[in-house]
Amino acid sequence: MNSETSFWEMDELRLVAGAMVILGIATSLLVVLPYLLLQPVKPPAGLKPYTSEQLAGRQIYIANGCVYCHSQQPRDSKQAPDFARGWGRASVPGDYAYDTPHLLGTMRTGPDLLNIGARQPSKDWHLGHLYQPRAYTPGSIMPSYPFLFEVRQGQAQPGETVVSLPPQFVKPNEVVVAKPEALSLVAYLLALDRTYPALPAQTSPATASKGKP
Amino acid sequence: MDFTVSVLLGTFLLSIVALFFFIWSMAKGLFGSGQSAATQIFDRHELGVVEDPAATARQQDALQHAMDPQAASRDGMTAADVAARERADRSTSLVVGVCLTLAVIWLVLASLAGLISSIKLHEPDWWVQYGWLTFGRIRPIHLNIVAYGWCSLAGIGVALWLIPRLLKTELVGAKYALVGGALWSIGVFAGVVAIAMGHSDGLEWLEFPWQIDILLVIGGALVGVPMWLTLMQRKVKHLYVSVWYIGAGLLWFPIMFLIANWPDLHFGVEQATMNWWYGHNVLGLWFTPLGLAAAYYFIPKVLGKPIYSYNLSLLGFWSLAFFYSQVGGHHLIGGPVPSWLITISIVQSVMMVIPVFAVAVNQHMTVLGNFRALLYSPTLRFIVLGAMMYTAASVQGSLEALRSVNTTTHFTHFTVAHAHLGLYGFFSMVMFGSIYFIMPRVMNWEWPYPRLISLHFWLVLSGFAIYFIGLSIGGWLQGLAMLDEKTPFMQSVALTLPYLQARSIGGGLMTLGHLVFAVHFFAMGWKFGPQRLGATLLGPRFFQRRQAAGAAA
Repeated sequence: MNSETSFWEMDELRLVAGAMVILGIATSLLVVLPYLLLQPVKPPAGLKPYTSEQLAGRQIYIANGCVYCHSQQPRDSKQAPDFARGWGRASVPGDYAYDTPHLLGTMRTGPDLLNIGARQPSKDWHLGHLYQPRAYTPGSIMPSYPFLFEVRQGQAQPGETVVSLPPQFVKPNEVVVAKPEALSLVAYLLALDRTYPALPAQTSPATASKGKP
Repeated sequence: MDFTVSVLLGTFLLSIVALFFFIWSMAKGLFGSGQSAATQIFDRHELGVVEDPAATARQQDALQHAMDPQAASRDGMTAADVAARERADRSTSLVVGVCLTLAVIWLVLASLAGLISSIKLHEPDWWVQYGWLTFGRIRPIHLNIVAYGWCSLAGIGVALWLIPRLLKTELVGAKYALVGGALWSIGVFAGVVAIAMGHSDGLEWLEFPWQIDILLVIGGALVGVPMWLTLMQRKVKHLYVSVWYIGAGLLWFPIMFLIANWPDLHFGVEQATMNWWYGHNVLGLWFTPLGLAAAYYFIPKVLGKPIYSYNLSLLGFWSLAFFYSQVGGHHLIGGPVPSWLITISIVQSVMMVIPVFAVAVNQHMTVLGNFRALLYSPTLRFIVLGAMMYTAASVQGSLEALRSVNTTTHFTHFTVAHAHLGLYGFFSMVMFGSIYFIMPRVMNWEWPYPRLISLHFWLVLSGFAIYFIGLSIGGWLQGLAMLDEKTPFMQSVALTLPYLQARSIGGGLMTLGHLVFAVHFFAMGWKFGPQRLGATLLGPRFFQRRQAAGAAA
């Protein structure tokens, strides 16, 4: 190209400059600003950090893609009857203080799980439901997860967790034993409990931002 | 509150300023060169001459007759022009052939993974004994193979092939793209294996572990290198609109993918906003530009007729870039994210009607009056249909971003149907058409069995119609049921079952169509079929016949 060509006549420069400015604006709005605004948000007093077993269970949740059918973000009662369904109050940023990677989800092929630990606190129920969802929820289309369990002839070893199931789901003289993956996953599910009150300072992200210098 | 208002006001002012700047620059002719740039993709005396290497000789005759029977035949195109076109096409054939072959293989694998996922949703106890086949792994495997295997490699292959034709310059630095494509493919393969083994990063569209993502960032940057090298040595003055789209897309992708996958940077709700900043931009700033670039080239080129308005196409480009890049927040309506962010994204989603209108008017006005051409051109049939579905998907997307509509459709299969309208109905259809056009030039061999092209078309069209209509209805009903407090949740699950089954039938037909396509593709690769030596060499038989006819007259 001619070296005397002005900037405005050089299509490729305008292309690069324009494309970068536009991507910069979008990234500032959707990534950088939320980063600056949400970083000072403190975990609410009622929220406990995950234990190492619960974190291991969270990895099982991620590995098996639970997020593709279950959200973790109850909506406000003004928008949808999520609270009435027992899924909990509308969540606030502080509720996710320990949640990296985030698991907000985009589908409700199954119910929202942000408060499943409070709604269904039975470990036995969860283990049986993971082994065979239709044993506890007729009509469920959730996959069964036999690979998180071991079906064994005879008795379980001491210290092992036997899954309690309705008789038609387990052969006589067989036991279903939960593998460590299943146990940690259930530990994570039981930890999903955001029923504590959302702190007033954190109900609105806009007010939360006031803490920012 | 002050903050919300100031961000909204700032964005609004910026949009207005940008708009005025744009109008001013259009008036000053800064953005283009009017209609002369629109004819840039034709050689001298080529206007009015159709080109579709996928068409049989008879179809080409009919196509030419439908478009412009009086057109100066390509004997007006000098021998030097023809030779330059040949060299340009040859300069890309290896790298394009490699990219498109990999893309077709990924397409078949992606279809199988998608079909398995679909069946699993209504047969939840089918194939459950293996962890890697569980729904929560095979579904992201499907998405990632579609996005990074099929769509990306097809888009890259088509873009690389277009560059010499758009710039009338042989491709420079094809080896960078070959290395880039190889790294990219290794990355996709490793990423899919990682997901199958349960090593997912956990974010939708970003499941590949970050160590593997490095391959895609480097590979993505490398495939762009020939574009810039060729641009520096180009023989044309003005950049055709497809160059803008391809150039920007190849620049945007590696940067976005790098930011999105940076380890230990993102957290909690911020990560969710980042997730959808990326999740929507990968569609808007990566696939859409590549798809539109192809549509903007092939529609006018097949018809032998320049696009309706070059300036409108550039308006479409800049407004798409500006508005599309900010719409991601609409995926989090009702979620625990700052309300100003949601509002901006909804507003910009609605503003998307501007670029969509620009593209739709332009492409429709180009095809208008020539719909008979669709009968004769296999390329055009796929691409025009794809362009129409682009309009449909975009308008639907703007509507879905409205809070009232979103309240129903969010979290349902309706969104899944919409996503397929965009990435399948629009993007994949355009890619099918482009590949039908390109491969005869790459292989110097005709498509051996033209009937298989029709079979592919009708299988995927009917399959997709069943898929989309069924899942949209099912998703909408699912959303209504979930919004009704008195309806038990399980009912929202049960009522979707027939629609999920319909989706599997539609998906099965689509998969069948892809198998036909792949078989045909490899039959061509192994040079099967009757050798006709027609379309491949810029249609010599056709022109010989025309010349003979001219001489006789």
